[in-house]
Amino acid sequence: MARPCAVVGIGQTDYRRQLDMTLDGLVRWAALEALEDATMTFADVDAIVIGKAPDALEAVMMPELSLADALGAVGKPIHRVHTAGSVGASTAITGATLVESGRYERVLVVCYEKQSEGNATWALSGGRSGGQGAGGTFAPWIRSYISRSGAPEHIGWKIAVKDRLNALKNPHAHLRIDDISIEKVKESPMLWDPLHFLESCPSSDGAAAVVLASEDVARRSPRPPAWIVAHAKRTEFSSFPGRDTVRPVAGVDCAEALYAKAGITDPLHQIDCAELYVPFSWYEPMWLEGHLITPEGQGWKLTDAGETELGGGFPVNPSGGVLSSNPIGASGLIRCLEAANQVRGTAGNYQVDGASVALGHAYGGAAQYFAMWIVSSDLNPDFR
Amino acid sequence: MSPSPRDVAVVATSQTSSYRRFDDSEPKLIMRCVNEVLQSTGLDRNDVQFTIAGSCDYLSGMPFAFVMNIDGVGAWPPVYESHVEMDGAWALFEAWLRLQLGDIDVALVIGSGKSSPGRPREVFALQTDPYLMAPLGMDPVSLAGIQARALLDAGKASERDFAEVVARSRRDAQRNPHAQVAKDATVDQLLDAPYFSAPLRTHDLPPISDGAAAVIIAAGDRARELSDNPVWIRGMDHRIESHHPGLRDLTRSVSSELAAENVGLADAPVDVAELMVNYSPEELILRDALGLGDGTTVNPSGGPLAGHPVMATGLIRVIEVADRIQEGSASRGVAHASSGPCLQQNLVCVMDGSG
Repeated sequence: MARPCAVVGIGQTDYRRQLDMTLDGLVRWAALEALEDATMTFADVDAIVIGKAPDALEAVMMPELSLADALGAVGKPIHRVHTAGSVGASTAITGATLVESGRYERVLVVCYEKQSEGNATWALSGGRSGGQGAGGTFAPWIRSYISRSGAPEHIGWKIAVKDRLNALKNPHAHLRIDDISIEKVKESPMLWDPLHFLESCPSSDGAAAVVLASEDVARRSPRPPAWIVAHAKRTEFSSFPGRDTVRPVAGVDCAEALYAKAGITDPLHQIDCAELYVPFSWYEPMWLEGHLITPEGQGWKLTDAGETELGGGFPVNPSGGVLSSNPIGASGLIRCLEAANQVRGTAGNYQVDGASVALGHAYGGAAQYFAMWIVSSDLNPDFR
Repeated sequence: MSPSPRDVAVVATSQTSSYRRFDDSEPKLIMRCVNEVLQSTGLDRNDVQFTIAGSCDYLSGMPFAFVMNIDGVGAWPPVYESHVEMDGAWALFEAWLRLQLGDIDVALVIGSGKSSPGRPREVFALQTDPYLMAPLGMDPVSLAGIQARALLDAGKASERDFAEVVARSRRDAQRNPHAQVAKDATVDQLLDAPYFSAPLRTHDLPPISDGAAAVIIAAGDRARELSDNPVWIRGMDHRIESHHPGLRDLTRSVSSELAAENVGLADAPVDVAELMVNYSPEELILRDALGLGDGTTVNPSGGPLAGHPVMATGLIRVIEVADRIQEGSASRGVAHASSGPCLQQNLVCVMDGSG
């Protein structure tokens, strides 16, 4: 039967270009930091789970094979997850499942991407198509959200500024734009209407890792654990007549399942902060609404009122988010581990005061794959 | 490690034929298998509580190829599912552990692959370390040749032993309706063939294949409802070894030995074994690693030498064993799957029909 699982160690590389480092070096950096945080070594790990976006991004097929030595996996099980952009969160959830199943006590989860070794927009376009890329896919849906919700144009600019200001507080962040401003965002080149250059995520290198542990191990851990209170995943077809691409049903279903499992009835007030997968500015209000945190049409108002800023009522992406660092395959795991950082009180300069319940989220494909978890400083948080 | 507390069984299986070239899409292969396992259990798509697939984008040369496979899996209304960039046997491993959580009882597992659009020998060379090995052009056939040579040099096998594996595989495959390579050939005829990558001959290599497979697994009483003869998964484990061939004893499969020990393979007689023998010498290494004696029938389907739809090949080994236990011709068996050059990563799954 399912037993509790917690995050007991977190490791992250710097997310800037790492031209002098191999893939082995990158994953080992994150893994060793996570193990050190958990006061463990590779010898303590029962199983390893790795995740990344398409292998073609670095032209290494099934990299769990060539990375086995660097990850201390020799003689152990290593499992590989790939669920498009949501993969980082999916990998975290698979790792949690392995512990919850009762099979393993300590699981090392590692995700990475090294965009400097490939061409992501080529790969994100299916490798053979016309180079539409992720921005080209999402821009029309964002336009549709704007027209449906009546949100003013400046919402996107505002989010672009907020996440970059947060990134200045995060030593791992890729983008550091000291003089970021609304003016600067709206004057940056238009890439895919309505998305400006500065409303888009960067191409980053990096790896992230967490050590997941059973309740017994977590209780003995010297540092505070982040208990995984609930996790959920949902997937739908990429395209069919009548599909709601602005508010995909899979995203709504995923949130409903997640909150039901956690016992959350009022996410906006019962969750203290969220790390949402926002690769393009407008996805902040789209997911606030699409994951039932606000009613439909109200997400942008929360943003506009400054409530999603660090210090607001519902901080979103206090780490700077995907808009500031996007090692694709790792980005979902980074959302999940930053949520854990908040409830462990280890988020440093971007700590949300008193955070005890946090949401980590990722989506992928044509906004069709969803993976989310709720972490808490309490194994059984009281939401009354 | 705690033993599995919840009994989980294979209740339905399906595999396509192994095609040299299937001109239609991979989702179509998958859909055929999914429909068949749903039909045989009487389950509706919405009764499946967790779905997990194994496939590899690189085979079709298209990042995110697995996303299209969803069309064959079925995902409306939205489903709870996941994907491993591994053989479907590893998808089964994750599904089996997922059912241990106790909140859901039925899972669908899929493996699929189309190798025909590409040149597998070149594609699989990209599995090797990108800095030190890939630039040397180390491809899987050459690496299998090195492993075969190591066996010969150690005096553990002869080229005749390799040929005997092939002759038996092709003979047995004649009774397998899904097989791609099935014809009689004597050992002497096989040994007369020229080398392809010495000491390997073309027939020591697997064919290039397209295909898919699916199974439904269910827990406890739900399994008994869905099948008159559920095939219980008694243990699964997988292990990996160093990526660098020079750091390994290529005449052994240490990770298979470890996995077999962890599932208690030797605790009772093994009637049937389906091994993922991609290159004929691997059978000799695996028989040794798993401790299989004369009492065990090995690869009665003909094995991967008779049909190798990559990413489904390992899951098909599970299916071949489960089918024999289900029909009563075996009572306990082991399925094996591997990944990577020279049997770098290995999975074993022990099943029986009791309970």
